[in-house]
Amino acid sequence: MIRREEVDHVAQLAHIALTDAERAQFTEQLSSILEHIAVLNEANVSDIDPIFSIQALQNVMRPDIVRPSYPPDELLANAPDREDNFVRVHAVLEE
Amino acid sequence: MGELIELTIREASQRLRRREISAVELTRAYLDRIAEVDPQVRAFITVTADEAMRAAEAADLRLAKGEAVMPLTGIPLAIKDVICTKGIRTTCGSRMLENFVPPYDATVIKRLKAAGAIILGKTNMDEFAMGSSTENSAFFATHNPWDLSRVPGGSSGGSAAAVAAGEAPGGLGSDTGGSIRQPAALCGIVGLKPTYGRVSRFGLVAFASSLDQIGPFARNAYDMALLLEVIAGHDPLDSTSVDVPVPDYIAALTGDIRGLKIGIPVEYWGEGAEPGVVATVKQAIEVLQGLGAEVRETSLPNTRFGIASYYIIAPAEASANLARYDGVKYGFSVQEAANSWEALERTRGLGFGPEVKRRIMLGTYALSAGYYDAYYLRAERVRRLIKQDFDRAFAEFDVLVSPVSPTVAFRIGERIADPYQMYLMDVFTIPANLAGIPGISIPCGFSEGLPVGLQIFGKHFDESTVLRVADAFQRVTSYHMRRPALGGQRVSSA
Repeated sequence: MIRREEVDHVAQLAHIALTDAERAQFTEQLSSILEHIAVLNEANVSDIDPIFSIQALQNVMRPDIVRPSYPPDELLANAPDREDNFVRVHAVLEE
Repeated sequence: MGELIELTIREASQRLRRREISAVELTRAYLDRIAEVDPQVRAFITVTADEAMRAAEAADLRLAKGEAVMPLTGIPLAIKDVICTKGIRTTCGSRMLENFVPPYDATVIKRLKAAGAIILGKTNMDEFAMGSSTENSAFFATHNPWDLSRVPGGSSGGSAAAVAAGEAPGGLGSDTGGSIRQPAALCGIVGLKPTYGRVSRFGLVAFASSLDQIGPFARNAYDMALLLEVIAGHDPLDSTSVDVPVPDYIAALTGDIRGLKIGIPVEYWGEGAEPGVVATVKQAIEVLQGLGAEVRETSLPNTRFGIASYYIIAPAEASANLARYDGVKYGFSVQEAANSWEALERTRGLGFGPEVKRRIMLGTYALSAGYYDAYYLRAERVRRLIKQDFDRAFAEFDVLVSPVSPTVAFRIGERIADPYQMYLMDVFTIPANLAGIPGISIPCGFSEGLPVGLQIFGKHFDESTVLRVADAFQRVTSYHMRRPALGGQRVSSA
C-alpha cells in the first residue's frame, strides 16, 4: 500500500536517515498499518467538519509586557557545542 | 519499613501531620524499598535519593512549624520521565534525551513542590510515550510486579509498576491514547486521565498536543483526589489549559451513587476482549448496580473508527512535535558529518528508536501533499463523530463504563513484533483521548491471577462524578488493597 519510493520520500521529509533494512521493514509495516487504517473510508463524514482540538480555544493571548526569562547559561547548558551565547553547527550555506 | 510503605497517601498524610512519623522516615522507607525490589521491577530510570532526602527534611520543618502544611506535604511520589524536572535528567525513555537536564520544572512539578511533595525519581516509559508495554524504552523494559515475566503496560509502565510494587504511594504519568489507564489496569492500581485542558501540559514533553494529558496514579480514589486537586487548574503557560475552577474532589466522595445513570456502550464488549476480562468487569458493574446505580446499555456507533483515527492523528501531531529533535540546542547530536543535513538526519536516525521512527513516518505521510485530505482531515472528521457519540450518550447518562484493556498483562516480547497488535491494546482507551473526556481505571478483580481494570468515563470536567463512582466501588470491595508478592509469584484469584 505504501511503496518503497514513498517511504524514501517520507524519510527525507522527516529528515531521518534510515538503513536499508529499516526502509524494507518500514515499507512492510507501514503498508500493513495503512491497510487497517483504511477502515476510516467507511465513515460517513460528508457533512462533518474536522475537529482538531476539543476545547476549541482560540487566540489565547497575554499582555505584551516583558517578563523575566532564563539566563543564557542555563538555557545553553545542554548544548552539544557551544561558543559564548552561540550554538555551533555545521555550515548551512555552501561555498 | 514494611508498614510505612503500605500506608495510603491519606494515611501517611494524617500520621505526618500528627508527627507520628517523619517525612524523612517515610522517604527513607520508600528509597529502601526501591533498592530492594527495583533490580527486579526496573521501574526507575533515575532515583533522586539525595534530593528526596533534602526535600523530606524541608517537609519535616514545615510539619514541625505547622506552616503551609498541605495534604501532600512529606508525601513521596514517582514521576514519569516525560515530565520536566529542573536539574534532574529527563530522558523520555529515549537516547535522544539520555543526558538532557531541563532548566525548568513542569507546572505540575512546581505545584507538587509547593505542596511539599517529594520526588523519589523518574520512571521508565515507552520512548516519547509511544507504546503500550514500556518495551519501547531505549534503556530497559519494566516488569509487572504481579508477574515479572509480564509487561506493566505502557507508556507509563514505570510509574504504574512503582506504585504497584510499593516503591511509591502515588505518582504521575501521561495519557495520550491510554498510557495511564492501561498500565493502571495491568498493575492493579488506580490511574486517571483528566479532561483535556484540566491539567497543564507546560513541561510535559509533547507527543500529540491535542491528546496528551498528565494524570495521577494512586492506590485508591481518595488518594487520587488529593493528587488531582494539586495538579489541576488553569496555567497561563499552557494555552490549551482551560480556565474552569477546580472543584473540591474530596468533598465529591460521598459514597452515594444511588440513581446515578451508568451506560454500558455495547461496542466495548465485542471481539478482542478476553472472556476473563469481560466476566470480571461485568461482575464489577453488578457491584455498582448493587449500590443503587441504574445501569443500561447504550451505543457509541463510531467506536470502531477509534484506533484508525488515533493512529493518524497522534503520529501526525508527533511528527510535528518531534521535529525539534535536531541535535542543535540539546539532546543527542551526531557531530561527525559532511554537512548540516547529514548531521540532522543521522542524529534523528540514531537518536530515535524504531517505534518513534515508525510513527513519525506515518504522521509525515498522513500530512504530506496528496494524502493530507484522505488521511489527516478525514481522521479529524471521524474524531468529531466519535465526540458526538459521547455528547449524545452523556445527555442520557452520568458516566459510562467499560473494560480498560482487552487482555490482562501479556508476556514481555509477546506483542512487540507486530506494531498493529500492540496498537489494538488501546482500543477501549483511545476514544476518551479523542473526545477529551476524563477516564479512570480502577482495579476490579483478577483473571488468571492478574489484575483487571474497570474504566469509568465522565463528562468534560466532571472528574468529581468519576471519582465518586470509583470511591463508592472501593468502599465495598478490596481489590485495590491487594499487593503483589514480589519475586515472580503471582497472587491467586481467591
